[in-house]
Amino acid sequence: MSTPEASSHARGLARARQRRWFRQVGWRHVAAIFALAYALFPLLYVVSVSFDSTGTLTGSNRLFSSFDLDNYRDLVGNTDAPFVKWMVNTLLIATITSVGTVFLGALAAYAFSRMRFTGRRLGLLTLLLVQMFPQLVAVVAVFLLMLGISEVFPSIGLGTRSGLILVYLGGALGVNTFLMYGFFNTIPVSIDEAARIDGASHARTFFTIILPLVIPVLAVVALLSFIVATNEFVLASVMLTDPDSQTVAVGLYSYVAQAQSKNWGVFAAGAVLAALPVVILFIALQRFIVSGLTAGSVK
Amino acid sequence: MVAGVRGASVWAWLIKLALLACLNALGLQALFILAGLENWIAFGLVAVTVLALDFIYLKPGLLPAKYLAPGLILLAVFQIFVIVYTTYISFTNYGDQRNGTKDDAVAQIIRTSLERVPDSPQYALTIVERDDELGMLVASPDGAIRFGTNDDPLTSVEGVGLDALGRPEGIEGWKTLDLAQVIERQSDVFDLTVQATDDVSNGALKTSDGQTAFVYTPVLEWDEKADTFTDTETGLRYTDGGRGLFRAESGETLTPGWRVVVGFENYTKALTDPEIRDPLIRVTVWTFVFATLSVLMCFGAGLAMALVFNHPRLRGKKLYRSLLILPYAFPAFLSALVWAGLLNPEFGFINQVIFGGADIPWLSDPYLARFSVLMVNMWLGYPYMFLVCTGALQAIPEDSLEAASMDGAGGWRTLVSIKLPAILVATGPLLIATFAFNFNNFNLIFMLTRGWPRFTDTTYDVGATDLLITMVYKIAFGSGGGRDYGLASALSIVIFVIVAVVSIVSFRRTRALEELN
Repeated sequence: MSTPEASSHARGLARARQRRWFRQVGWRHVAAIFALAYALFPLLYVVSVSFDSTGTLTGSNRLFSSFDLDNYRDLVGNTDAPFVKWMVNTLLIATITSVGTVFLGALAAYAFSRMRFTGRRLGLLTLLLVQMFPQLVAVVAVFLLMLGISEVFPSIGLGTRSGLILVYLGGALGVNTFLMYGFFNTIPVSIDEAARIDGASHARTFFTIILPLVIPVLAVVALLSFIVATNEFVLASVMLTDPDSQTVAVGLYSYVAQAQSKNWGVFAAGAVLAALPVVILFIALQRFIVSGLTAGSVK
Repeated sequence: MVAGVRGASVWAWLIKLALLACLNALGLQALFILAGLENWIAFGLVAVTVLALDFIYLKPGLLPAKYLAPGLILLAVFQIFVIVYTTYISFTNYGDQRNGTKDDAVAQIIRTSLERVPDSPQYALTIVERDDELGMLVASPDGAIRFGTNDDPLTSVEGVGLDALGRPEGIEGWKTLDLAQVIERQSDVFDLTVQATDDVSNGALKTSDGQTAFVYTPVLEWDEKADTFTDTETGLRYTDGGRGLFRAESGETLTPGWRVVVGFENYTKALTDPEIRDPLIRVTVWTFVFATLSVLMCFGAGLAMALVFNHPRLRGKKLYRSLLILPYAFPAFLSALVWAGLLNPEFGFINQVIFGGADIPWLSDPYLARFSVLMVNMWLGYPYMFLVCTGALQAIPEDSLEAASMDGAGGWRTLVSIKLPAILVATGPLLIATFAFNFNNFNLIFMLTRGWPRFTDTTYDVGATDLLITMVYKIAFGSGGGRDYGLASALSIVIFVIVAVVSIVSFRRTRALEELN
């Protein structure tokens, strides 16, 4: 039994609670909608264009007005722009670079974290200094160096994918060792000592005991270097001139630069396919990323 | 157990030996090739490296070296050496038309100055081919048959018959080309230059129809002792002035030149030649503005989102967060290309749909282009700051927030006194890293605008949105205009110096160096 006053009072209370809810929480949903629109519309746009067979910039402004796979078919069938080869090259280069980076970086971080030797401080300091100088700024020197290497070892010289991987691996240590070093330091040394007492060699300790414990940081470094290698344009464009050996970044850029408006639909299809592996990896490893990024900030 | 360990270590030892054997084999091969090229510096470096690796991995102990060697060698070659090499190149005139030795340049100049001798005798000619290489078989007016290629001068051959037109019939091991095949390889045939002797100054045979050859002699006469070229037609003398070029007194030069050390010339050129100095100053200022504003905008947007979406009672914040960082997951070079399409003034989505068919020159007006570049970079960069700020916010202990609200601090007060300081401490070094990254954010600029709209007061391909790094790339590898590796390297060194100064100053402040122990 409620009197009219009481129910209007309750309604008033409910309204007041609603208002308070909106002031504290609700408006954040409104903000979220705007933020999401800003964040997602370019992505939705490119997906929409990729499924729209009119294929030009002019015709592609009505989002999701048609749905067909013509652009994807053109993309795969296009002989001037061997997209499938670009994809394979990119995945190959990025995967090998990423695995190599993790391996080299983990070896170095282990040495710096667990061993005491003369030159250790100097080594760490050098890495810290070297990582300030991005490799791409020295692109001219890298190009001329690879030109010289071509004369001795054509198989790792200019124009080869393996040469590009070596260049990337050369830049790997400077960037990632510190991130890993910090993480290795958080693993207690007593674990190594216990293993040594059990008779495990240093290599065995490293591979079977320490590495499994630092998987989070390995995942972050692997992901970051995969993304960096996928995105890298400067060195790849200078080193790989034959379309068949190019990466997606170099190939798609020159494809769309030739005729932006005409090639737009096919480019969009290529962009969607090229982004997929990175986006999938990113989402799968997301939980590692936040911790990895902030861990990097300590150093 | 013990046996198992020993078994494993035997295998490990065998694998190690196999890898070392491969390394030594490769090293030896490299040494042979380098000895053949007479490149003794590289020879010494390779030899020392291979021996050092053998020593490190065969000698027991030396654990740190065993773990560090592979990474450090790659680092030394592709990161440290290239910086040193950049410095060296910046002191040379290395570039298009100046990339070989002086001997190469001399030979090239003579070859390109060949002209037909007016009263040249005619040589009936047959073009032959082997493994894609062309050869010239000629019947000399004196009746002798001679044969030569681009690389080998003419030599007499015996026992070759003539066909009905008086041309040699063919030579063993080479395929005689018929007229259709000659036409198919027309440009190679026209380029075919067969020297009379090892010295090209003695003339060469060339053909312009694939049927008859004529004697060609260089118009430019090379005097090796005097180190000069003399134009036999005009009498002009070209001398080597030590600048990697043959130059006449009237200022005319011969191409190609060759590589020489020019000292600080590239640097003085960058600082005094108005063609390059004025755009360089503008580009440097813009690079700083771009990097600074990018950090501020990305951080501002990321921080705002972190504060708004990090509320304990906000439902769906995990979903919001995953969607909001998607721009970060999408490869940046693709995002920049997509935005270039979105911002296309005529057909782009922004003008056509959002601004209802307006004609706003987003990427072609200098100021609007700079604005657009910054806006796109904010889209690319805020998710990272959002993630980092959210992490820092969540790391603030509940107690201090509670204590603040008990003390009567309102939302604003808590933000300014507790949240912001905590976030800035955690993200400070990242802001510096972001600045350094954006300072060299090549992909965004190159994919979105190529550095354009171009400046109108210079012939270099430099524009309003160019950063130093895109300018370096365009000077070194740009299409149109000569590639100038020396000047580009000098600008690279400028970037290095700026980045080093900024980093050292900021490292001092974050005291990261003190944590090394």
